[in-house]
Amino acid sequence: MNLLNSKKKGSRHNLLFKYGMLLLLIVSASCSNTDDYTPLVPEEDEELSGGSATSFIFSPDAFGFSVDGLSLDDQITFGVGNSLFNQSWVTAPASTTARDGLGPFFNARSCSGCHFKDGRGRPPAFEGELAHGLLLRLTLPGIGVNGGTIPDPIYGGQFQDNSIFGIDREGVLSVTYETVVVTYSDGSSVDLQKPIYEMVDLNYGAMNAGVQVSPRVANQMIGLGLLDAIPEAVILSYEDENDVNGDGISGRPNYVYDVNTANLKLGRFGWKANQPTVKQQVAAAFSGDLGITSSLFPEENCNPELNCDEISNGGSPEIPDENLDNVAFYAATLSVPARRDFDNEEVLQGKELFNSINCSGCHIATFETGAYAIDALANQTIRPYTDLLLHDMGDALSDGAPEFRATGNEWRTPPLWGVGLIETVNDHTNLLHDGRARNIEEAILWHGGEAEAIKNSFMALNKEERTKIIAFIETL
Amino acid sequence: MKRPISKLYVLSAFALVLSACSSDDNGTSEVDEKEVLVRAEVMENYTDVVQANYAAALADAQALQTAIDTFVADPTEVSFEAAKTAWLASRESYGTTEAFRFANGPIDTGDTEDLEGLLNSWPMDEAYVDYVEGDATAGLINDTDATFEITKANLVVKNGEGDTEENVSVGYHAIEFLLWGQDLTDPSEKISGQRPYTDFVDEGTAANQDRRRTYLQVVAALLVDNLQEVVDAWSTSYEATFLALSEKEALNNMLGSIAELSSSELAVERMAVALNNQDQEDEHSCFSDNTHRDIRLNLEGVKNVYTGAYGSVIGLSLADLIAEVDADLASELDTLLAAAETAVNATAIPFDFAIVQGKTGVEGAKVQEAVVALQAFGNKLLEAKTPLEIN
Repeated sequence: MNLLNSKKKGSRHNLLFKYGMLLLLIVSASCSNTDDYTPLVPEEDEELSGGSATSFIFSPDAFGFSVDGLSLDDQITFGVGNSLFNQSWVTAPASTTARDGLGPFFNARSCSGCHFKDGRGRPPAFEGELAHGLLLRLTLPGIGVNGGTIPDPIYGGQFQDNSIFGIDREGVLSVTYETVVVTYSDGSSVDLQKPIYEMVDLNYGAMNAGVQVSPRVANQMIGLGLLDAIPEAVILSYEDENDVNGDGISGRPNYVYDVNTANLKLGRFGWKANQPTVKQQVAAAFSGDLGITSSLFPEENCNPELNCDEISNGGSPEIPDENLDNVAFYAATLSVPARRDFDNEEVLQGKELFNSINCSGCHIATFETGAYAIDALANQTIRPYTDLLLHDMGDALSDGAPEFRATGNEWRTPPLWGVGLIETVNDHTNLLHDGRARNIEEAILWHGGEAEAIKNSFMALNKEERTKIIAFIETL
Repeated sequence: MKRPISKLYVLSAFALVLSACSSDDNGTSEVDEKEVLVRAEVMENYTDVVQANYAAALADAQALQTAIDTFVADPTEVSFEAAKTAWLASRESYGTTEAFRFANGPIDTGDTEDLEGLLNSWPMDEAYVDYVEGDATAGLINDTDATFEITKANLVVKNGEGDTEENVSVGYHAIEFLLWGQDLTDPSEKISGQRPYTDFVDEGTAANQDRRRTYLQVVAALLVDNLQEVVDAWSTSYEATFLALSEKEALNNMLGSIAELSSSELAVERMAVALNNQDQEDEHSCFSDNTHRDIRLNLEGVKNVYTGAYGSVIGLSLADLIAEVDADLASELDTLLAAAETAVNATAIPFDFAIVQGKTGVEGAKVQEAVVALQAFGNKLLEAKTPLEIN
């Protein structure tokens, strides 16, 4: 009990508060027998990961609540967006015209199929298990239209392992794992699993020999609007491409094609910072994952083997702008759960270790959001634990599939907020861009490249210290 | 079960502070004389309200199970109607318990976090469980060659399978669908689903009547099991856990949960979205046309928590605490709560009829007014955190 910290003021009543604080100072000093050790104290408001856009409900719905402070109309927009996010889309033509147009090829029938309860997907547990939130992007070497990627001429930019009735799916995704043993200096070891992806039972011919495969897992949806509200100059202030400060870390921004403005823009969303805005991220997912066309991405995912004009669609576009905007608004206004046990002594020690070995070099805790179209998200102190920049994470994590400025080895620092609640929400603890890490410890041990030295510092800690860092991360 | 409302007579802050460290409490230096409401009593009364309400919900679910067992043993029109009546009665006591969601309690957090989804999942893809118009062989009941074994364990696995929230296999709404069937009539006719009881009679209507009987019995038994789990979680551990929380955290859980239910889950998810989409699929109890009761009961549950009352339980409440620290805010909240009740009670019955013409319709406008009123109360309630010093 540390009543010296104003955030933890007792809520007994005014009287005790008024007269008690001063007295408690005296009394607790005289009660304490351990004057040699000063307990660590949390920072002011450090549990408020999303500033005033923080929620305090830690149920399996923890990622699904709107931020406080939305107007009534905005709350209704959020609700309608939520219902579109959860509803399954159906094959056209259907009586529910607002929700038809699925496919012809798709990975899931609804957004929530991969982002179940607005949360984190995982790799399939067995060959042929569908739509748990892992998909494969397909590209050919070289630079395509608008500086982007070149899709596979047959299978397109994404492998879809599902299709509407009467159309053969593209094929089946198979993931197998090889064990990679990592040994700590104290002799204990951890078995990591290295994934091997195969696309089998292909229905439209052999895969191009030069194809580059990038696995991507569905990320939790929380706080996207807050990340969008961080001023660009603030993000760029952490850019250090040539490692001028000599800390071994060189953050690089990705610049990606913004369909709306038809120019390159700072990328913030996606595993390689490959989308510039929440709306484009949402529209790209509707297109790639569900086969739903929109004004941003009006082309059906089809392939040259089929006569696509003969497959009935759900209109052009299949999701009207108003509903796309509803879903984008919903995605932008999901609140961030507060941290649990942030004032626990072991957790506070873990936080100090996290900072001292420089995990915080990329997983930067605190940002201030600036002016923003959604008032509730503007001018907030938030704690996403990311820099939104690209970092070389080493060959072991590489997908060998460049995207705009990002090389195969480079990944955007993923925000750590919400990471400790994935198990509550999604019943698994898989992490990293492809879900290969089965828990936080494995995720840390996969870090390489710019993070190699930091990972080695982690591995040099004793078990108790490593446990404290993990305990800290679990409270995020 | 009445708790006397006691007040703490504070002689001295110093004595109180000392007691944190020692049992020596003979410090009597006069500092102030003021009666202060004891927040721990508000917490205790809350646990009484919650447990009394869950106990009632469990009893009504047991009565529903009995009625269903009676019907399944001898399916007749009369016993079918009795089962439906029992279902409607069971919703009365369960509806108010929804005010205990979003409070980091056993219904939706911790080891028992899945219970809410097993009890009350919606909206439901009916075709996941049984035949629907246009597909006579749909659902687990008519599963090919009847190979899917209908057991409690198997149905629990099926609930939300494939990470699809609409794959609802168990709970109140699965039972509701089995008793009423799809509501296929125009809302203006004000008629609920019209499943014939002969769907459960061998050689009667539809196929697989025996499997339908089994399914109905199994989900009714499971409903009782799950409510028993909620009751047990409270009585064996959570009551003590809750009372051991800091007053700040406990009051935040109580206040935040009913604000969430009032202004978001009820006003937006269950009313405004349905009104905007004009879609019966977005109705909470769409088969029985009982959504109007769900809405009224949710609000009643909010009021129960706010005023610290349920049935014969009455005691110190959030409302009392707010009145103590900010009388103006308290009276504003009372006014807003009364206005929300008036607005909700003014909405048309059944709810699908109320929303069918959207916001601009005569009845839709009343629903919209209720939405606004529920939001106003919920949002105002959050403002009480500051004077209560639980921010």
